[in-house]
Amino acid sequence: MSAAHDDHHHGPAKGITRWLFTTNHKDIGSLYLWFSFAMFLLGGTFAMVIRAELFQPGLQLVEPNFFNQMTTMHGLIMVFGAVMPAFVGLANWMIPMMIGAPDMALPRMNNWSFWILPFAFAMLSSTLLMDGGAPNFGWTFYAPLSTTYAPASVTFFIFAVHIMGASSIMGSINIIATILNMRAPGMTLMKMPLFVWTWLITAYLLIAVMPVLAGVVTMMLFDIHFGTSFFNAAGGGDPVLFQHVFWFFGHPEVYIMILPAFGVVSAIIPTFARKRLFGYDSMVYATASIAFLSFIVWAHHMFTVGMPIAGELFFMYATMLIAVPTGVKVFNWVATMFRGSMTFETPMLFAIAFVVLFTMGGFTGLMLAITPADFQYHDTYFVVAHFHYVLVPGAVFSIMAATYYWLPKWTGYMYDERLGKLHFWLSFVGVNVLFFPQHFLGLAGMPRRIPDYALQFADFNWISSIGGFLFGASQLILLVVVIKCVKGGKKATAQVWEGAQGLEWTVESPAPYHTFTTPPDPKLIHAQ
Amino acid sequence: MASVGSHETYYVPEQTRLPFFASIGLVFTVYGLGSVLNDIKAAESTSTSTWIALFGFGLLSFILYQWFSTVIRENHAGMNSDQLKRSYVWGMSWFIFSEVMFFAAFFGALYYVRNFAVPWLGGEGDKAITGQMLWPEFVATWPVIENPNSAVFTNPEEALNVHEWSIAFFAKFLPFWNTLILITSSVTVHFAHTALKAENRKRLIQWLAVTVALGVVFLFLQVEEYIEAYEHYGLTLDSGIYGSTFFLLTGFHGFHVTLGTFILAVMLARAIKGHFKPNDHFGFEAASWYWHFVDVVWVGLFIFVYLL
Repeated sequence: MSAAHDDHHHGPAKGITRWLFTTNHKDIGSLYLWFSFAMFLLGGTFAMVIRAELFQPGLQLVEPNFFNQMTTMHGLIMVFGAVMPAFVGLANWMIPMMIGAPDMALPRMNNWSFWILPFAFAMLSSTLLMDGGAPNFGWTFYAPLSTTYAPASVTFFIFAVHIMGASSIMGSINIIATILNMRAPGMTLMKMPLFVWTWLITAYLLIAVMPVLAGVVTMMLFDIHFGTSFFNAAGGGDPVLFQHVFWFFGHPEVYIMILPAFGVVSAIIPTFARKRLFGYDSMVYATASIAFLSFIVWAHHMFTVGMPIAGELFFMYATMLIAVPTGVKVFNWVATMFRGSMTFETPMLFAIAFVVLFTMGGFTGLMLAITPADFQYHDTYFVVAHFHYVLVPGAVFSIMAATYYWLPKWTGYMYDERLGKLHFWLSFVGVNVLFFPQHFLGLAGMPRRIPDYALQFADFNWISSIGGFLFGASQLILLVVVIKCVKGGKKATAQVWEGAQGLEWTVESPAPYHTFTTPPDPKLIHAQ
Repeated sequence: MASVGSHETYYVPEQTRLPFFASIGLVFTVYGLGSVLNDIKAAESTSTSTWIALFGFGLLSFILYQWFSTVIRENHAGMNSDQLKRSYVWGMSWFIFSEVMFFAAFFGALYYVRNFAVPWLGGEGDKAITGQMLWPEFVATWPVIENPNSAVFTNPEEALNVHEWSIAFFAKFLPFWNTLILITSSVTVHFAHTALKAENRKRLIQWLAVTVALGVVFLFLQVEEYIEAYEHYGLTLDSGIYGSTFFLLTGFHGFHVTLGTFILAVMLARAIKGHFKPNDHFGFEAASWYWHFVDVVWVGLFIFVYLL
């Protein structure tokens, strides 16, 4: 069928149908990234409501129940709508180009895994307008708060989670099939860029745990509507069962949101240090070790729930083990920069900030891993500070670093470096003013998920809120930078960055609509 | 390397309307379904919601039919390279892995309640205080026949598991026969596969028909067992944790058998139409993998739900 072959050389279709019906990995990558940014702004708006309410003690702006809806929706939208789709978008754009493949392995399914997402989030967001309000039980939706005491909208929340899970599973199957089956000749596994490696392992985690999430929300659905008693002790079930199943999903989930970030940073730091990545092999093994450990540490989220002491100890030590492979990674990034010819363009600034601030989030994670100490920190703002440090200057900064790094490849133009740096510095200052004081609040005993607080927490809260507004507003700069860059600017070369290595930099900028319809010259594929 | 050639012919469809409309079908299905459930709970009319769900499901089914037809047509037209077929193999394998993990959640729940939650409620072990504080009279047994609070969750009258190791018991024990049926069906679908590879279409069709029939018989007996559970054993979805785990594990398995039987029936229709070649029959292979997977889950169910 020669027509099929000729299709490869067509450009994109015109109009809206290009985006609705596309099977092109670059188009789908862009869709994911734009969708993610939209969700980032929506989830960010909810965060602004939270910080505004917490600006001073007392109830000013919103009802407590609405406040709970805001914390819930903020978490759900940021995790499932902003961070995860952003990484899937980056995977779609970059993995085929990095491994010399013509597209993703299953292009139609690729379109489907994206297009069910906007519908799922439309359904989830619509719960804000329903009688009884949106889900108000926190993004971790612990039973029985999310079953016996849930608003009616929980049913739609459950189905939305099912669809998001289906999207992630289809996306991951596609990514694994692409990496395992579509590599260009010569692209052996240990020559793959780390971003590809980290995504291979992330996709495995996703396929392993998203069905477990589907299982736990299904049990909720049956408890709510069909009278089962999975999470009700009166029938012999156990609310703690919910937490075990949820966190069996939930802990690998946090690595799902950070492993691709490791891949991004491992691409950017060598480029701007103009050195090869230090310890490539150990990076691969460290990533795999983290993934393995992520399956056996889930109960560190529930130290205070009442577990046998053997369980507490096992989960404490297993959790601490994660510091070893993570330490390997941080060491390797620092060693890559050591005596490099470093320059500090925006992607590098975000990447360095990632290394420093993510590591700090990791250290507070170690503090939380200590069972007896966790009894003190549990459900306080210390936990909020910890996971926001790993997720915002961690995962989100890496997404921003990736955006600046590959934007010239996507658009064909250089972005505005001055605006980029402004965005970085405002974000960097904002994020620390926002989250650093929350450590102190937590250590002093301020509980999370409350709209009002005792007077002694007032000072750190208004500082935190100021940081929040600064960080939130600065993100609009990113929007300006991206729109400006799409419209025009200085032409980007194929290599874009002086020190950039890898197949994606061998194609012109912007990357043609179809790349590597014939495999690249194996000589272009280097050891990492 | 052969893959140089296959890279050049890897088929990337230019555009497709299928997934976008499938998404619309999917969201209508689940939105309708969610509304039906909420309407029932609020004691309101479910008619609008039902129509929404039916519309969505109809659209989704129609699109999936189109989707599979397209893929089959393209394969017959020779557009699928060997490399593309390997993508399908990876895709199906990882899909089955995701299904394994879905069942793992329910098996895990069963494990947890049997080994931790119920004994603790009965006043045993590390967390015995839970039981002593809540329902001190509750005695931990598995299956749980006396619920901790039987005013909220009605007790089942009798358990459905193996409680007697005699030939007479097993001869009348439906799950035992269902185990034999499913294991047999795994063998017959393998015979069908062998016949397909040996280019013996008649035997392919015969063995496939036998497999589908066994799937239908299994489902029939399963329905029979459910009726018995509800009518004779008083075992229902809302009769406490035993009923919950029993019905969700066997129910989701039964749902998968239904799907698997349907898929095999489609394969049977395709075999009759003359589809599949000895060296090119991925649709059939995927269906048979799925069927073997469903069988393995049943064996797990039989051991952990009925035997132990």
